[in-house]
Amino acid sequence: MRVGVVTFPGSLDDVDAQRAVRIAGNEAVPLWHGDHDLKGVDAVVLPGGFSYGDYLRCGAISRFSPVMSEVVEAAGKGLPVLGICNGFQILCESHLLPGALIRNDHRKFACRDQRLRIENNHTPFTAAYTPGAEVTIVLKNGEGSFVADAETLDRLEGEGRVVARYLGGNPNGSLRDIAGISNERGNVVGLMPHPEHAVEDLCGPGTDGLGFFTSLAAAAFA
Amino acid sequence: MARVVVDVMLKPEILDPQGKAVHGALPRLGFEGVTDVRQGKRFEIELDGEATEERLAKVHEIAEKLLSNPVIEDFEIHVEGDGSGGGRHRA
Repeated sequence: MRVGVVTFPGSLDDVDAQRAVRIAGNEAVPLWHGDHDLKGVDAVVLPGGFSYGDYLRCGAISRFSPVMSEVVEAAGKGLPVLGICNGFQILCESHLLPGALIRNDHRKFACRDQRLRIENNHTPFTAAYTPGAEVTIVLKNGEGSFVADAETLDRLEGEGRVVARYLGGNPNGSLRDIAGISNERGNVVGLMPHPEHAVEDLCGPGTDGLGFFTSLAAAAFA
Repeated sequence: MARVVVDVMLKPEILDPQGKAVHGALPRLGFEGVTDVRQGKRFEIELDGEATEERLAKVHEIAEKLLSNPVIEDFEIHVEGDGSGGGRHRA
């Protein structure tokens, strides 16, 4: 499959995300924030980093970039979209996902290997995992605390839209230990930790993150 | 020329770690009796003409769409130096 990875000014993990896409057996297609063009890709990854310097609010300015108007439209038609870290923030600012991500409750940047439970394997990015799978991938964020009102949180839980939850301690104050969520349809997924940094044994905590990138094929042939 | 000020604050129920850090620093500086600090953002928007109702409605749209995130923040708009003391728009 052809997977587009958007580069914004200030993206950091776009190259790692492209690499993860390739290691998973897909073709990585670089996309540019300033283009109204998704190059006909089958899925899009919004990578981590500090797009537009995180000015105003994380993701607030990226939301209005030309490529995002295409992403929002295509997501509405069912295109799989994965937002990682800053990408998750952009998806929330774009209203593709509910809630918001605010500064970590302990005020420090968190960088660690993080255990997660995959709560929902019915998304295009988690289909390769068994339900309830426990994985360890990299977490690194300063503003990763997921917040939403109680009604929204109840709806997310009730509809099975919590995609991943933190295990072994909450690293940033996210409500109900939420690490990732999906939209109602399930094609848009936001995740605070970084699966693209856990796809090779040489570096990172292992290869537990690879499933987020092999799932696309699994979902397509399911 | 008119200056329109937009103040953006986190909603009361949203945790403000930066405000807490500032609050925590005050006793170390010898300031006592402060029970809480909340940190927000102030935007000064310069218009090339008068701040008419119509233009203030546009500023409201700017504040709602870009300057604040309604999920976590509230905003207030006022025209600076209009002397009326009123005209604050809350959202």
